[in-house]
Amino acid sequence: MLRFIVRRLLQLIPILLGLSVLLFAWLRALPGGPAQAALGERATPEAIARYNELFGLDEPLAVQYLRFLGRAIRLDFGTSARTGRTVTTEFLERFPGTIELTIVAMIFAIGLGIPLGYLAARKHGSWLDSTSVIGSLIGVAIPVFFLAYLLRLLFAVELGWLPGSGRQDVRMDATRITNFYVLDGLLTREWDAAWDAVLHLILPAIALGTIPLAIIVRITRASVLDVVNEDYVRTANAKGLATATVRRRHIIRNALLPVSTTIGLQTGLLLSGAVLTETVFAFGGVGSAIYDAIFARDFAVLQGFILMLAVVYVLVNLLVDISYGLLDPRVRVR
Amino acid sequence: MGSVSTVGDLKRRRIDELAARAGQVPEGEGGVSLTKSAFRRLRRDPVAIIGAVIVVVFLLVAAFAPLLAMRDPLAQTLLSEIRPGSIPGSREGFPLGVDNLGRDLLSRLIWGSRQSLMIGVVSTILGVIVGMALGVLAGAFGGWVDTVVMRFVDILLSVPGLLMAISVSVLLGQNQYALMIAIAVTQVPIFARLLRGSMLAQRGSDYAVAAQALGVKKGRIVFGHVLPNSLSPVIVQATLSLATAIIEAAALSFLGLGDPDLARPEWGAMLANAQAFLSIRPELAVYPALCIIVVALGFTLLGESLREALDPKFRR
Amino acid sequence: MQRRHSRVLAASAAALTAVTLSACASSDRDSGDGGDAAEQTGGTLVFGAAGDPAMLDPAFGSDGETFRVSRQIFEGLLGNEIGGTEPVPELAEDYEVSDDGLEYTFALREGVKFHDGTDFNAEAVCFNFDRWYNFTGLAQSPSASYYYQAVFGGFADTPDTPSIYESCEATDENTAVITLTQVTSKFPAALALPSFSIQSPTALEEYDADNVSGSEDALTYSEYALEHPVGTGPFKFESWDRGNGEVTIVKNDDYWGEPALLDEVIFRTISDGNTRRQELEAGSIDGYDFVAPADYETLEDAGFQVLPRDPFNILYLGINGGNVEGTQANPALQDERVRQALAHAIDRETIVNSLLPAGAEVATQFMPPTVDGWADDVTTYDYDPERARQLLAEAGAEGTTLRFFYPTDVSRPYLPDPAAMFQVISQNLTDAGFTIEPTALPWNPDYLNAVQAGQADIHLLGWTGDYNDAYNFIGTFFAEASNNQASAEFGAFSAPEIFAALAEADAEPDPANRTEQYQEANRLIMDYLPGVPISHSPPALVVAENVQGMEPSPLTAEVFSTVSLSD
Repeated sequence: MLRFIVRRLLQLIPILLGLSVLLFAWLRALPGGPAQAALGERATPEAIARYNELFGLDEPLAVQYLRFLGRAIRLDFGTSARTGRTVTTEFLERFPGTIELTIVAMIFAIGLGIPLGYLAARKHGSWLDSTSVIGSLIGVAIPVFFLAYLLRLLFAVELGWLPGSGRQDVRMDATRITNFYVLDGLLTREWDAAWDAVLHLILPAIALGTIPLAIIVRITRASVLDVVNEDYVRTANAKGLATATVRRRHIIRNALLPVSTTIGLQTGLLLSGAVLTETVFAFGGVGSAIYDAIFARDFAVLQGFILMLAVVYVLVNLLVDISYGLLDPRVRVR
Repeated sequence: MGSVSTVGDLKRRRIDELAARAGQVPEGEGGVSLTKSAFRRLRRDPVAIIGAVIVVVFLLVAAFAPLLAMRDPLAQTLLSEIRPGSIPGSREGFPLGVDNLGRDLLSRLIWGSRQSLMIGVVSTILGVIVGMALGVLAGAFGGWVDTVVMRFVDILLSVPGLLMAISVSVLLGQNQYALMIAIAVTQVPIFARLLRGSMLAQRGSDYAVAAQALGVKKGRIVFGHVLPNSLSPVIVQATLSLATAIIEAAALSFLGLGDPDLARPEWGAMLANAQAFLSIRPELAVYPALCIIVVALGFTLLGESLREALDPKFRR
Repeated sequence: MQRRHSRVLAASAAALTAVTLSACASSDRDSGDGGDAAEQTGGTLVFGAAGDPAMLDPAFGSDGETFRVSRQIFEGLLGNEIGGTEPVPELAEDYEVSDDGLEYTFALREGVKFHDGTDFNAEAVCFNFDRWYNFTGLAQSPSASYYYQAVFGGFADTPDTPSIYESCEATDENTAVITLTQVTSKFPAALALPSFSIQSPTALEEYDADNVSGSEDALTYSEYALEHPVGTGPFKFESWDRGNGEVTIVKNDDYWGEPALLDEVIFRTISDGNTRRQELEAGSIDGYDFVAPADYETLEDAGFQVLPRDPFNILYLGINGGNVEGTQANPALQDERVRQALAHAIDRETIVNSLLPAGAEVATQFMPPTVDGWADDVTTYDYDPERARQLLAEAGAEGTTLRFFYPTDVSRPYLPDPAAMFQVISQNLTDAGFTIEPTALPWNPDYLNAVQAGQADIHLLGWTGDYNDAYNFIGTFFAEASNNQASAEFGAFSAPEIFAALAEADAEPDPANRTEQYQEANRLIMDYLPGVPISHSPPALVVAENVQGMEPSPLTAEVFSTVSLSD
């Protein structure tokens, strides 16, 4: 097992190298170039030339790439044009928020998705079945920025139950240790701060969790249907095992295998792709940072964030593969 | 399964499974062609029928938009009646009212089906062509070509879709072709992987081995037999991709990375543009959103049923 | 997200002037209890900003969000009258100008201290002026010291671009004499800009304020600009939570004038316009800026106070009437008949009525009527598509293709909805026989870069006045940029009579003469028609029902020290 993991990690290297080449090429192919972005409008050609010379932007591309790579290995992705802080600082400050959001979104998606999918399969062909199938398809198709608006309209404006944006009430003077606000609140025993942070997570988590929810419902339903028709379930039933036992020991356990895969994949996606949700909820995570970076043409942030998120994504996928190997004895790890 | 994979084994395994399943001939159905039997099963599936009806209606609307739309979707007919805080609603001649520039909303929705369809179809076709080229390259030649191509595909797969689309949009600037290319790029690795897996499954099949034994040239086996037989999972995936493409176009429009010619009606752009008027005329957003949802639903239902129809495990 | 408010946005210093000099220390010291007071003091106000400040040292600032914060913390020698555009004394109690218009003697307010305890005096004033003049290296980048360069020109070490700043002398503790090398109408009004705020010399030195460094991809400002801005204003800087986009300022208890009524103001960045509105409706924020015109009525009906500012801005259609090297401007635009056709083609009446909030006006020239120098007898171009087509035919330019640039993802005070504006004008021009090729770019930096480099044939842009001065409008647009040419934005067209008129007016010390000269310049400009002025529009901010004392400023220079919250 260990050898497998090590080998898989080693195999990440060419992927990341390739990705870094692509990202570097992408950055240099953009119109204007870094000097223009840094010096802004009205920068004279002389100023740009001076800037290029100062930071070695006039050297051959290969040299620049190697320098970029050298820095990237030390987790130095340059400085944000928008905030003037290092990309790594920005990332570390914002990633905890995204992780919290992802966790809550996945709790929502799993907590609702598995029971719904299971019920839909048990009552195959009933109204519950068709509603959850159609509902889950709509869940995938509704644009998230529109859903966010509706959620906030209902729960924040009309009912006033939940906060509609941000990570914590701005009037709250909470202590920050890890930048995981819920965790910080618990660690410092500032219970109200922790609770407030939890409340702030709910609406964005619902908006963000809708797509995984829809997918989990579908996969659960399909795989329960699959398993019900398997020979071993028929055998178990024929043996006269109690229905509940069959369900628990045979159906659910086996049906959950593909579901767990989906959960892993979706978690990886959410960790990296909540650009729209975080933006419309003014949620200070990596997604909203990417949104800001796009418009400010903050290329260092875009480049660094995309690279780091790709690493996260790949690592989560690796974890999923490993856990799959552990869960399913049929999958033999090479 | 082929070369040792590195990123997200399972994500790819799912793509590969789809590929492999399509290659299996259901027991007891030998003699009837795969397509024919799939169709037969589709016809009996209510979900498939709903999906197909939605898609056909949508295609018809797009095809006959000039006849169906009562008004010029570009004409700012009621502009002079618009005030920043009030947009006329439904009235004689304007069944759904007008948008913020006094253009007939219904006509724009009808014409919008064309542009939305075009974005979906063009980007999917682009994704299929490039993805297939890569997949065929890898699947047909194997060896180091396979390794290099698949490593490249892995790199593309390691960047989540929307981020990839954003990166490409930023690079290409804002125009409708850039939008299509950006969406297509996210689909390339999926199709490449899919076709390669499917071809690998076909290559080992009896007929391919038989053809090889008969001394048929490799190129002919690949292009004359293996490739055509590997296409069905691609068709399934393409149907699903059409839905994704239309939704992604809306997201990119919302991010300001859409088509700069805002007069050209397109559902995603209309939805994004309506955000500023949600407090006074939510319908401006609701109608295009509904169109997107229903059409995406149609393509997904059709695609899923197609997948089930082609999948021997699901023949019930 | 500075794109929503870049340097084009006007600015002026926080100004709670001592008009209301209360006798002495007053009951405000014990703020916070105020139980029986009709106007409750104390409390925290949360204001929704559309973007983060770029940093907090206004000398390097040029965008609205930076200035919104810094004008609460800092003050200049001059400030702006509350709710108006006229400069009024602030840290200077008074000033005198020598007869030749080159020497300004400022009598400074006494007993003022910076937030860090440093004394405010003539030394401190001159320290700041010398600081700006001696910026070196990257601090000289246009994106850093934009306003210094716009007003004073070059720096100590740039003899090729001389500065009009000569010296600052502290003749005694409370008298500073500033000498210029040439007369300009920008001075002293420009001193009310936040960029010329007087900052604490102690803090500037301690936190290495002038150290603008950089990397391959960005300028990096000093610790001072990010963590320790120190001024004399009614609020002190408290903290900046970058991850969440929250800047907190707190009341300065030792303020020399009328102290702030609030204990604390938090500026919170919410980039999405709908989210800002919903957060106000949900009560999470107490107000926000750049209300969408569509929301005015809805918000008012719901009991919120929509506060429109007087329009002190101009939206225009920029025309690339020349050819800047490296761009491919359409030569047809060099024909004045084609430019006139553009002007006649645009239905500005409908634009003002249908797209802009109530109170917007059609513009006849490139400055609002409230600015001295506005002329009521310039050539006007009425909406007349027939005439436009005819002019095009005469010029042999029917069907001319124009690359029309417009910005995305931005709402400007003069241009609340660029997409709608673009579509209406584009339709107007198509109706008149032009062919339009649209290009959309994100506001900052792409759009501004492209447009200012002359890459568009026609484009949408505007300006909010920084202070009441004609040159701040038409000089910014049409003054000679170099070699007898205007800026690249307008295709570097060559119109010596306009350049001469502007230069003459700028250097005229007598206000009455100057006004007349600017009127003449306006007539020349509207005859030449280097662009099409479209509208003046009143941008609005909105606050909750219980917010009192928020005075909208035409310069978008609201001060928060007069604001209070009632129950």
